[in-house]
Amino acid sequence: MRLSRGAKVVLGVITALVLLFIYIPLMLVVVNSFNADRTFGWPPKGFTLEWWAKAFDSPGVREAVLSSLWVAVVSTLISLVLGTLLAISLQRYKFFGRDVINLLVILPIALPGVVTGIALNNMFTTILGVPLSLWTVVIAHATFCMVTVFNNAIARLRRTSAGLEEASADLGAGVFTTFGLVTFPQLRSALLAGGLLAFALSFDEIIVTTFTIGAGETTLPIWILQNLFRPNQAPVVNVVAVVLIVVSIVPIWLAQRLSGDSVGVSGARVKADGH
Amino acid sequence: MAQQTQQLPPGPPRNSGAVPRAKANNFSALLHRSPRLRLAALLTAPAGWLVLVYIAALAALLITAFWTVDTFTGEVSTEWTTENIVTVLTDPVYQRITLRTLWIAVAVTVIDMILALPIAFFIAKVAPARWEKLLVVAVLMPLWASYLVKAYAWRNVLAEGGLLEWLGAPIGLSSPGYGETAVILTLSYIWLPYMILPIYAGFDRVPDSLLEASGDLGAKPLTTMRLVMLPLLVPSIIAGTIFTFSLSLGDYITAQIVGGTTQMLGTVVYANVGAANNLPFAAAVSLVPIAIIMFYLFIVRRTGALNNL
Repeated sequence: MRLSRGAKVVLGVITALVLLFIYIPLMLVVVNSFNADRTFGWPPKGFTLEWWAKAFDSPGVREAVLSSLWVAVVSTLISLVLGTLLAISLQRYKFFGRDVINLLVILPIALPGVVTGIALNNMFTTILGVPLSLWTVVIAHATFCMVTVFNNAIARLRRTSAGLEEASADLGAGVFTTFGLVTFPQLRSALLAGGLLAFALSFDEIIVTTFTIGAGETTLPIWILQNLFRPNQAPVVNVVAVVLIVVSIVPIWLAQRLSGDSVGVSGARVKADGH
Repeated sequence: MAQQTQQLPPGPPRNSGAVPRAKANNFSALLHRSPRLRLAALLTAPAGWLVLVYIAALAALLITAFWTVDTFTGEVSTEWTTENIVTVLTDPVYQRITLRTLWIAVAVTVIDMILALPIAFFIAKVAPARWEKLLVVAVLMPLWASYLVKAYAWRNVLAEGGLLEWLGAPIGLSSPGYGETAVILTLSYIWLPYMILPIYAGFDRVPDSLLEASGDLGAKPLTTMRLVMLPLLVPSIIAGTIFTFSLSLGDYITAQIVGGTTQMLGTVVYANVGAANNLPFAAAVSLVPIAIIMFYLFIVRRTGALNNL
């Protein structure tokens, strides 16, 4: 198939336009965080750092950042442990019910976030009678963050041979020594990548969070949602939105450089739905 | 096992403190002798978590849909009734919301397909090799930006006196304002990369030699596309539609942010969990997108699309 020059140019132009379509709205948020005009009309009327200073001084924002960090760190740690254990058992062992568990793992990402959210909300409030708090958010986040860690770990395990572990055992190393000296070093960068993804996922998750967070608690995305419709908070919302963009993109970028595995679509799927 | 390992002194097995070491050795030896025990130690925590937290929650959701709320106390009462399900399926209000949600999901899917096909084709087959990787990253990056921020960004774009009005003014177009059109636009924006990536991967797998052979045999580019490329791409396109369709079906945040008064299934679920405090009804409503997605997955499972996710 030989495309004419004209066809190639047309395709190139369409691609450029779609990329503009993808980037312009995000850039607009960044620009608006420096826009001196409070109504944020276009074009911007002047440059200011006032909103950034305001955001740093806002106790509400600071509290929300701390909650978000806490939730993201704890759920990442839980999902690292659970995801690794799951990946090793599903990759290195054959047992009855393995296919069922394989299917169970993708459920949290196969169903829309609103379903996960209401299912957990219902479980906590109606069935168990547990009051919602940041802990219930952690439990919810760990459930889908586990999947990113699992995906990264199992992809790595598939490429490494169980023979090394057998050799280690044959040479007299105990089960824990083998894990510490043979299995873990092979997994390390995959786990780091999975952990970074899990962190980014949890940090800006909104849908499941709205269903599982306690009254009076705010994470950063919840803070945005609460202040979105208040015109006098708009400047600070822009700044917080920029912070969210940066905090979610940087770990992903690092993870991609670290793992060498594609964190593309399947990871993104987790992102979208767990969300 | 990972947890237990962390309790040991780090590094190679140097002997520090004879007694705990000996205990750990015994345990390690026990595990070594029994693969079943090893598997149990590995699997109990994660499988238990998935079953106790997630599967139990889904099962409870299904059950709760058949319960009701005491109108006086506002407490959930565990009397069995199919009233919620019947209301969701027969009340014209909810039928309209279901249809609107379906329409939005289909529109978003079609728009994304139309946008994704040329760009994915360009990246995979037309762009110079050194550009290819860069373009993929350019598409991937914003995909990871927060979903909430993207919806918020469109609230800005569509705002009165905002960017879209400014851009449209010279050609006599105005912003559609907040409403159903805004929801479709914003959701198409948010899920577009999820459509581009599987289709790009699909194009990438089509060998160039196949296209050359088709050209050498006299097919015009459009004929090659229709007869050679499209059939090979169907699973990838369907994989993309699974993302855009099911993600749009469950949405409620975008509807809240740019939808004005637009109600989607997700908005009804959220309203009944929060303000209306009717969890059984919310549970019943949430079964609708689950059923639609299951049905869609059932239809497309034979195309091989599920392996392309």
